[in-house]
Amino acid sequence: MQTGLVQTMNETNRTRGWIDGERAIVFQRCETCAHSWYFWRTFCPNCGASEPESLKASGSGQVYALSMVHRPPSQELRAHVPYLIVLVDADEGFRLMAHGESSLTIGDRVQARFVEFGPRLMPFFGRTSVSD
Amino acid sequence: MSWVTGVGLTPFGELPHSSTLHLMSDAAQAALDDAGLERGEIDGLICGYSTTMPHLMLSTLFAEHFGIRPRYAHVMLVGGATGFAMAMAAHLVVESGAARHILVVAGENRLTGQGRDSAIQTLAQVGHVDYEVPFGATIPAYYGLVASRYMYEHGVQERDLAQLAVLMRLNALMHPGSHFRSPIDVEAVLASTPIASPLKLLDCCPVSDGGAAFIISRDLTRAHNVKIRGAAQAHTFQHVSAAPSLSQFGAGASSAEALAAARVTLADIEYAAIYDSFTITLAILLEEIGLAPRGGAGKLAAEGHFSHDGKLALNTHGGLLSYGHCGVGGAMAHLVETQLQLTGRADGRQAGSPRLALLHGDGGVLSSHVSMVLEAP
Repeated sequence: MQTGLVQTMNETNRTRGWIDGERAIVFQRCETCAHSWYFWRTFCPNCGASEPESLKASGSGQVYALSMVHRPPSQELRAHVPYLIVLVDADEGFRLMAHGESSLTIGDRVQARFVEFGPRLMPFFGRTSVSD
Repeated sequence: MSWVTGVGLTPFGELPHSSTLHLMSDAAQAALDDAGLERGEIDGLICGYSTTMPHLMLSTLFAEHFGIRPRYAHVMLVGGATGFAMAMAAHLVVESGAARHILVVAGENRLTGQGRDSAIQTLAQVGHVDYEVPFGATIPAYYGLVASRYMYEHGVQERDLAQLAVLMRLNALMHPGSHFRSPIDVEAVLASTPIASPLKLLDCCPVSDGGAAFIISRDLTRAHNVKIRGAAQAHTFQHVSAAPSLSQFGAGASSAEALAAARVTLADIEYAAIYDSFTITLAILLEEIGLAPRGGAGKLAAEGHFSHDGKLALNTHGGLLSYGHCGVGGAMAHLVETQLQLTGRADGRQAGSPRLALLHGDGGVLSSHVSMVLEAP
């Protein structure tokens, strides 16, 4: 190969869980530096190592932040309001956005299930125990 | 060395029949007049993007329209941080010698040029297209998430945030160009329509039409020129899901570096121009920069600390929350007002005679930061 010319990474084999229609939350982990993250890539954003492993998460974690949306971004979502958007710290060491039960509070232990929202199945967190 | 030699600002609000180029032109002409410069003397042009006119080459389009032939021109896009980022770029470019007088301009008919849903959806795209936007997230929701965590960690109450909305409205009442023209109180903020908890309508800036411009020059043109003493940036993430911290966003690092570049300290600052897209934005930025203790910005505002006759006047034009937010021009209005304050030209809003001002803008979800220190002539 010519110097300076790189082979572009193949993105056709990507596995992103619920985004691609599976009932799963998928995250990635770097075998070189042990960094874990959520947004799918062909390399580790921490150390640059290629071919990180893609893993299915357990779906359990803890509520980090939340916001109840009353004003939706589009007419199609008007039927769903109000809906709770949460940031959850997954037990595997990455953070994700999802929906959650309206009674959740910060610090609650939660478990994901998959619920229809518009045309797709998306992660929805329910409480397993309240915050300390 | 560089100077802000001229400023121009249109009224913000609902401006029917306005357009991006029209608003940019009005603001640019006002800035030229203020600097005492003719079109032929402008040899650099930096423009902010416009969501209602997403042209590939907005800077050269504007140059042709306005009637200038710059030696240096481009557009910038770093969300709400764009206005101050353009000012910093112009500062660096004139210092390099590549241009002598740079026109920095942005304008947008963001309110009347598109439907409300369209504006909200365009803005929501700063979220992740696959991992965030499908949840029906909006800009207020991203900031609502930030607010929930920040309030939890630092003991902030909704009533504290409301104080900042009330202050910005009081300031706006003193400016003839502001979008909002009626007074509000804390109870009105707390009772306003829920948008994305804990944020309510009056915790959110409006969508406005408007334009703003300034000229950054290598040499003084008039007595009322203001010196750029230092500038710095920090960009720590893009998506709220990927933020390393919801208390340390980069504003502290960016402002500390700008102060160091200016060889001054926070204690020397006598006027503050701080981005305020939401009440929580203003609270976090004031507190992370160090202009208020953690959790204490609302309390200081209630005590009059940030009022135009207080210890540290803040956004005396009313900020994004009440002067209005037309996109890139929104934060530029903060710089225009700072220039007027530092030159004693803010009329009834004049906050004593400040010598040094700190400006801070953020883009995305508190993810892109630009800080500047300006000095009176």
